[in-house]
Amino acid sequence: MASLVSHPDEIKVVSKRFGLGATNIARYLELDGYKALQKALGMDADGIINEVKNSGLRGRGGAGFSTGMKWSFVPKQSAKPKYVLCNGDESEPGTCKDRLIFEHDPHSVIEGVMIAALAVGAASGYIYIRGEYRYLSVIMQKAIRDAYAKGFIGKNIFGSGRDLDIYWHGGAGAYEVGEESALMESLEGKRGIPRIRPPFPAVVGLWGGPTVINNAETLANVPHIILGGAEWYAKLGTPKNGGTRLFCLSGNINKPGVYELPMGYNLKKMIYDVGGGIPNGRGLKAVVPGGSSCPALTAAEIDVAMDFDSVAKAGSMLGSGGVVVVDDQQCIVKFALRTMKFYKHESCGWCIPCREGTDWLEKTLTRFHRGGGLKKDIDNMQYLAENMLGRTFCPLGDAAAMPTIAFVKKFRKEFEDHLEGRPCPYEKEGAVEELPVLSH
Amino acid sequence: MQREFDRRIARSLAGSIFMKFSDEFEARFAEMVPHYPTRRSALVPTLLYAQDEVGFLSDEVIVELAGRLELTELEVRNVISYYSMLTTKPRGKYNVQVCTNISCMVRGGEDILRHCAKKLGVGNKGTTPDGMFTLEEVECIGACSWAPAAQVNYDFHENLTAEKMDKVLEEYRKRDI
Repeated sequence: MASLVSHPDEIKVVSKRFGLGATNIARYLELDGYKALQKALGMDADGIINEVKNSGLRGRGGAGFSTGMKWSFVPKQSAKPKYVLCNGDESEPGTCKDRLIFEHDPHSVIEGVMIAALAVGAASGYIYIRGEYRYLSVIMQKAIRDAYAKGFIGKNIFGSGRDLDIYWHGGAGAYEVGEESALMESLEGKRGIPRIRPPFPAVVGLWGGPTVINNAETLANVPHIILGGAEWYAKLGTPKNGGTRLFCLSGNINKPGVYELPMGYNLKKMIYDVGGGIPNGRGLKAVVPGGSSCPALTAAEIDVAMDFDSVAKAGSMLGSGGVVVVDDQQCIVKFALRTMKFYKHESCGWCIPCREGTDWLEKTLTRFHRGGGLKKDIDNMQYLAENMLGRTFCPLGDAAAMPTIAFVKKFRKEFEDHLEGRPCPYEKEGAVEELPVLSH
Repeated sequence: MQREFDRRIARSLAGSIFMKFSDEFEARFAEMVPHYPTRRSALVPTLLYAQDEVGFLSDEVIVELAGRLELTELEVRNVISYYSMLTTKPRGKYNVQVCTNISCMVRGGEDILRHCAKKLGVGNKGTTPDGMFTLEEVECIGACSWAPAAQVNYDFHENLTAEKMDKVLEEYRKRDI
């Protein structure tokens, strides 16, 4: 069980029931549970969509797309059944927030899925949880059973005449399945290979039916928006970036943990105040602001408001809320290499720029880290990464390329320090050894 | 050619006759399949539950599940090879999965992995001779704020040090006596 932290600057919306025993359905009901669903049953579909649109809620999985807008793309009439799919395949390195939601407040996700289903006219919803999170699947399956037993899910919910089914689904270890089209493939019992778009899932999704896919944190926010109102929620954040966000502080930081802070919270404050700064009086070298796919920021770039638009302006992405702090004793070449090893391992091989690009970049970075780098490789890495951008079905290729470009551009000197057979300046004596090879 | 064909027939027969899962598995399977408009949709979680029971995805399991979900053996194998948690090779009773991804790496995840390798006397994906432990370097397991972290089977162990890891391994060893 993951431990909880707190800080006075936190505004608890999606985390307000953490640690209060809300996995128990009776306790959840005491804590305003299933009230939002009942309220939504009294609203029309457009009313729900508009409320979510006006709240400024944007996708918490990483892309930051307007949730209400996404829902509005689902056609009103459809010959095929419509679906809601909750993405709980949380796998972006640096991200561990959905885990806490499933662990402490599973019913809020169920409620969010149900409200989304009402908004788009779906009769069933699926909650996909990554295979490694087995204990959370157990919690979620029980929550679903309990809600069925109370009659909150199933036939004629709350006497509304509406039928709604919610199911759990489990993965078996694959980062790429967190991408929405690969997620659908996985749910259909296939390899998690991305689909080409258009058609978008809102039109042709699960089993060919229109499908809304949202991250678990996004959906867990929805009941709070319905109850508290769009205006209240929007005001918690910054313009066009409504609400709060679970930020996962990790890496070289004194008080790592998952903190719920308002959108637009200053990153420097987040690291030095909320996170208690960097251990052992060390300096800051880099921050990955939103999971491993996001270009790193240097120490000089961290005076930035943590909302989607401000971080984009600073040349990176807010991503999935995984803030990885890197101190001045870490080697950026090694950090870039570990990041690339991950993407190489996770690339499904469907698109050549991703499959070959991640492999070449990993090989080049490995050689670099061992001291065998060539000067021209530095430019080659950037060139190669830039040519991966936008040339793959799913964003995994981009996710591998973007951080690499930033590492090479912003930390060029560190790459140069590895040239001409010089041992890595950051490794302890004789510690540059090969890591065991991932051979899956 | 004919022999290979006969073997396959024999194997599928063996699968349908001898493959027996627990009642819990059967109940879960029976509940899960009607949740989807297509039978194969139940495949990925079913494979993982089957693996948990048998220890790995044996030929018999593959034949059995392919039959139940109206798939070919090859279709099932294709899916298995995609997912990193699924394996067709036997593993130790306890699968020690050490994360070395970025958040764990900067907090000493690689040291934990090396420590385990030394302690268990095996390399990555190696199994101890007594069949007790398999060691595996894994990608992010979603424990970044509690790094460095590892999973033994499905249990999370977080904020690890070499000493803490020793205790964890010892506990599993004791559990089995």
